[in-house]
Amino acid sequence: MSDLIRFRDDAAHDEPAVTLDAFAGQSNATAVRLEPTDDPRALIPHLGRLSLVEVAFAKFRDGRGYSIGSILREAGYTGELRAAGDVLVDQIPPMRRCGFDSFAADAPVNRATLGKLLSLYDDVYQKTVDGRAPVWAKRRG
Amino acid sequence: MYKYDEYDQAIVDARVEEFRDQVNRRISGEMTEDQFKPLRLMNGLYLQLHAYMLRVAIPYGTLSGRQMHMLAHIARKYDKDYGHFTTRQNIQYNWIKLSDAPDILTELATVEMHAIQTSGNCIRNISSDQYAGAAADEIEDPRPYAELLRQWSTFHPEFSYLPRKFKIAVIAAEEDRAAMKLHDIGLQIVRNDAGETGFRVYVGGGMGRTPMIAPVIRDFLPKADFLSYMEACLRVYNRYGRRDNMYKARIKILVHEIGRDEYARQVEEEFLHTKTLGLDAPEAEFARIAALFASPAFETGLTDEIDRGDPDFAVWVDQQTVAHKAPGYAIVNISLKPTVGIPGDASSAQIDLMADLATEYSFDEMRVTHAQNIVLPHVKKADLYAVWQKLDAAGLATPNLDLIGDIIACPGLDYCALANARSIPLAQKIAARFADLGAQRDLGELKLKISGCINACGHHHAGHIGILGVDRKGEENYQLSFGGSAAEDTSLAKIVGPGFSEDGVVDAIETAVSVYKSLRSDGERFIDTYRRVGEAPFKKAIYE
Amino acid sequence: MKIVTGNDLLSGDVTWWTGKGWSRYVADAVDAGADAEHIAHVEEAALRVNGPIVIDATMSDAGPIPTHIKDRIRAAGPTVRADLAIRPDFQIEKA
Repeated sequence: MSDLIRFRDDAAHDEPAVTLDAFAGQSNATAVRLEPTDDPRALIPHLGRLSLVEVAFAKFRDGRGYSIGSILREAGYTGELRAAGDVLVDQIPPMRRCGFDSFAADAPVNRATLGKLLSLYDDVYQKTVDGRAPVWAKRRG
Repeated sequence: MYKYDEYDQAIVDARVEEFRDQVNRRISGEMTEDQFKPLRLMNGLYLQLHAYMLRVAIPYGTLSGRQMHMLAHIARKYDKDYGHFTTRQNIQYNWIKLSDAPDILTELATVEMHAIQTSGNCIRNISSDQYAGAAADEIEDPRPYAELLRQWSTFHPEFSYLPRKFKIAVIAAEEDRAAMKLHDIGLQIVRNDAGETGFRVYVGGGMGRTPMIAPVIRDFLPKADFLSYMEACLRVYNRYGRRDNMYKARIKILVHEIGRDEYARQVEEEFLHTKTLGLDAPEAEFARIAALFASPAFETGLTDEIDRGDPDFAVWVDQQTVAHKAPGYAIVNISLKPTVGIPGDASSAQIDLMADLATEYSFDEMRVTHAQNIVLPHVKKADLYAVWQKLDAAGLATPNLDLIGDIIACPGLDYCALANARSIPLAQKIAARFADLGAQRDLGELKLKISGCINACGHHHAGHIGILGVDRKGEENYQLSFGGSAAEDTSLAKIVGPGFSEDGVVDAIETAVSVYKSLRSDGERFIDTYRRVGEAPFKKAIYE
Repeated sequence: MKIVTGNDLLSGDVTWWTGKGWSRYVADAVDAGADAEHIAHVEEAALRVNGPIVIDATMSDAGPIPTHIKDRIRAAGPTVRADLAIRPDFQIEKA
């Protein structure tokens, strides 16, 4: 049983996520699961009908999912973007900045710690897909 | 040099608080070591042979007197009264307690210092030319770009879990004083035919198990696209760098396996996209940073005369000082390679002294070099004698810059959990064998580098003479190689033959040096002679 | 003999399993025999040691001497700083 954390107002999507290969053959699928080796840009023509993209993090140290999330948000995807698997509390903040807005963690996540970590940084150095203004934008004025 | 504004300070302060919480969660057992390790590495904290080791960042090797005093304070209060300057321009403390680490970072933050990303599979300290802002041969000071890179790479969420570590160097002269082509990304500031300045981009250099010299992937990158292009380079690596084998995970392996052309093509394709995202800081931000690196107010009308009456002082001036772009000034090199001592180590008293010298004589600025030495970049020639006297009294005036006694040595098996053999005792034996400074000067420039394991933190692949310590059936053994260079004539050293014992390799080096002296033409350095005559005469003399 | 060694979680000090707890000094180390891996596991889970490993050692008059040079250096301290020796009477013997 995984621990689900969502930062969205809409209801959790309950259709099971299919693999990228399966998605290609299913014109009515609305949820897809990407492995770290999958190319998220294959989904770009279909973003409009997707409600959920789940990205697998089999090992928390495998950082490919961060690029996958960023690429999808850069392409205009606005649906639920979920990190699933070995998702630990200290990785959730950078995952948020890469566009993830829900998290299905294999092990329970301490909510108090998560709240603390998410509120620690008022400012960030980079322009990322979460829309926060980078420091250099604030400096201008 | 760069000064934090409220934003920089807030970010570092937040990081300290975050790390303090992470340490508490480790100590309470809420986090396992496996979960904690990447987090502590991203704050420069290793678990080494004897204790935790903390690697404090010295961004592009530049620091002020006040910051240097803090480094001395940390050594005294939390360590055993000394620190070690590294081949990436940082400082390491060997005897740190985990329970003290958050307090150390708190103290460092009060002087705009940190240990962020000095380890881990993320973008590390951006390195640069130790003579930046002082040398006459640079197109412009490379450090504002290094600072832009520092900010861009700090806590970059997409690139915090790369396949492996990532090292970037920036230079702005034809002479490469930063081993630029041996970095994952090397950036050289150049001028194009239209007179605009931009970057020549090298990707895929590195040492370690499979040393490689970075190929050029872009001849000219305009400054305006700088960070967008770096994003593209890193994103391609993050997505496609190998994660199946940690010894094949650096970007140099990716560039080598798919080929330079294919890597460049993928970067250009990604760059077409990242260019549209508004990632580059505006010109105003660059101007703000660059203004902080403006030249200090050099005095004019100064004398270029140096009173060479004291012969020891004269020797030191000739070996340790380098021409400065401003008349009446000199660049001073401080040797951390005493004839008897540990390469790159400095006591807290020595660190304090160097800090005072920087403040009094060098516009409060000093540099750390990748050869584990220190630089005072802007010293009036009229002040050189006073500076030398103070250095000499503190054991910091050995005139051996780039000579055989100026050994680069990693900490090795005396300190490092990764090592296979000790490097420091070997360095000491070599220094003793070649103790005579006159004899050293006669040999001329001879860059000798020692690594205690294949990770090559001693840069042995880039040594004119390079030595690699290995474990041969439980015994320390040393492989000798010749012909490497980390300068603009970048080359990788070649192993000369079967390995040696510690004493054996010292003898072999002495033999090699004799061969060089017997074969050299006028003006030839050791490496020049080796390149001209090849390995055969050296091999013959050493092994027969 | 098989001895168990690791680092203290809080201080980072090198430690050696004594049969009852952990000591700074290799001279106090005991032969943990077939139980060694189990002890390492239990102690690590209890946070009484960090990163424990089981290593080979031979008994001498001065107590256990780790077989591998890396562990002898861990026991002795850096060989290039006699002033930082863990215990001046533990000599790292060069094979």
